[in-house]
Amino acid sequence: MCGIVGLFAKSTEIEDELGVHLTAMLAQMSNRGPDSAGVAVYRDPAPPGSSKLTLYSADPNQHWGAVCDELGDAFGGEHEPSVRGSHAVVLVESDAAEAEAWVRRNHPELRVMSAGRVIEIYKEVGRPEIFAEQFHLTDLQGTHALGHTRMATESRVTTEGSHPFSTGLDLCLVHNGSLSNHNTLRRALRREGIEFQTENDTEVAAGYLAWRLREGASLEQALEGCLDDLDGFYTFAVGTADGFAVLRDPIACKPAVLAETDDWVAMASEYHAIAVLPGADDARMWEPEPGVVYVWEKAAV
Amino acid sequence: MVADAALATEVVDLAVTPLRELNQRLHDVARTGAGPTRWRVVNPRGAHAVACGLDAELDVEIDGHVGYYCAGMNKHASVRVRGNAGTGLAENMMSGTVVVEGSASQSAGATAHGGLLVVHGDAAARCGISMKGVNIVVRGSVGHLSAFMAQTGCLVVCGDAGEALGDSIYEARLYIRGEVAGLGADCIEKEMREEHLAQVRDLLARAGIDDVEAGDFRRYGSARQLYTFKVDNAGAY
Repeated sequence: MCGIVGLFAKSTEIEDELGVHLTAMLAQMSNRGPDSAGVAVYRDPAPPGSSKLTLYSADPNQHWGAVCDELGDAFGGEHEPSVRGSHAVVLVESDAAEAEAWVRRNHPELRVMSAGRVIEIYKEVGRPEIFAEQFHLTDLQGTHALGHTRMATESRVTTEGSHPFSTGLDLCLVHNGSLSNHNTLRRALRREGIEFQTENDTEVAAGYLAWRLREGASLEQALEGCLDDLDGFYTFAVGTADGFAVLRDPIACKPAVLAETDDWVAMASEYHAIAVLPGADDARMWEPEPGVVYVWEKAAV
Repeated sequence: MVADAALATEVVDLAVTPLRELNQRLHDVARTGAGPTRWRVVNPRGAHAVACGLDAELDVEIDGHVGYYCAGMNKHASVRVRGNAGTGLAENMMSGTVVVEGSASQSAGATAHGGLLVVHGDAAARCGISMKGVNIVVRGSVGHLSAFMAQTGCLVVCGDAGEALGDSIYEARLYIRGEVAGLGADCIEKEMREEHLAQVRDLLARAGIDDVEAGDFRRYGSARQLYTFKVDNAGAY
C-alpha cells in the first residue's frame, strides 16, 4: 500500500500556497505509507541557458557551498545552494543533462534526485508529517506538484527507494502498486542506454517512460505503452514541466480519485486527501477509469 | 453534538466528534435499545467506516463524501449518503437500506446477504462481487467484474456494465438496461419473463426510480456449466 497525491494549480492563489496544500494532502496519506515520503514540485524556472538539479547527500555535514563553487568553476556563474533537509537545489549555467553528468562524474557520493528547468524532488525515509517539517514544504510555491507516501513492498526502505522517481529531465513518477516484470524490463532498458540507480520497480517504470519519450512518443502514448509492457498493478501519477498525468492498470487494483474546481485539479489515492483543499465540497469528482490516460497540461487549461 | 429539536434528529459533526465516538453511539442504540433513531452526520470529509456495523432501525443521513466501507455490515438501519462513497460501500450488508446519491467506488455491496443498496450515480468495478442475497440498484453504470461469483440476489443496472459481467456466477439475477462490454465465464443472457419484469419494476420502485421502463432491461445469469455445477465434483467439497 502507498499513497499518492497530485495538485495542479489553475489560479495564482493555489500556486502561492502550493506547499501548504501539498503538505495537508500528504499528511492525509500518512496511514497508507508511513515508511517514507517524497514530493516533486514544479516551480521557479531556471533562467534560459541554465538548469537546476536537486542533489541528495547522505552526509549530514555536506558542504553544499563547495559543490556550488565547483559547478561555478566548471560552468561559470555564482549561485548559492537552496538547502532543504538532506537535499539541495543548485543552479547550473549549462543544460541539465550536462550538469547531471558532471555531478555523477565528479561527486559519485551525491545522488541526482532531479534535473531539469523547473522540477525539484525531495524525498526521505520517515513519517510524511515529519518529512514535511524537515523539508519546510509549506514554504514552497509552484505550478503543480506530486507527492507520495510509501509502504515498501518490492525493495528496501531507503531515501533512494522513496518516490518520486525521475529518470528524465523535468519528468517524475509516483506509483502505488508493484510491478512483476521490472527486472526483465530494466535489463532491456539498460541496453537502450537508460540508467538506473536502484533495484526499485517504480524506477523501471520511470525509465520506461523516459525511454518512450526519448523515442518520440507523447506522454499519452508513453503511458498507453505501459498498458502493454508493464506487468503488475499500478496507479501512476506522472509529472512533466507543463502538467501531470494519471493512469490506473486495466484491472484497477489500486485506488484513485480525481477532482477539479476552477482553481485546481487534484488526484489522490483516497478522497480525504482532497477534502483538505479549498472548495473540495463543491468540486467535480470522479474515479479515473482503469486503463485510461488522463492528462492536464498548463497550455491546455 | 446538538439536538435538532424540530426534526428530533441527532446531529453529529465529524469535524469535531471523533469517528469512533459516532459509531459507538450508533452501536449503543442497538445494544441498549435507547437513544435517538434519527441521525445526521456532517463533515464526513471522506472518512472511512462511517456508520459501520449498525444493528438497529436507525435512520442515518450523511451530508458529504465518505471513504471506504461506509455502512458496512449494516443490519436494519437506513443509511443515506448525500455525496460519493469509496471502496466497499455496504460491504456484507445483512438487511436495511443504503442509498448513495452520488457515485460509489469499487466493490459496492460486496458479499452482502440482504437489504437494498441504491447508487444513484455510477458504481465502479466489482459491484456486487460475491453478493449473497442483497438487491442492488444502480442508476448509472457499473465497472468490470461486477457480480463476480454472485450467489443470489439481484443487480439492476440502468446504465452499462463493464467487462466480465457475472463471471462464475451462481444463482444471482443481473438486469442490465444498457450495453454490456462483455460477459464473464459461464454468464449468459436469459429470457425476460413476466416474473422478471415484475421483479425489476418492484426494485426500481423501491429505489425511487420512476422514469425507467422495466421492459428495457435484459437479464443475465448462470449457464451452470462450470466445475462447481457438475455433480461428479460434489465430493471435492
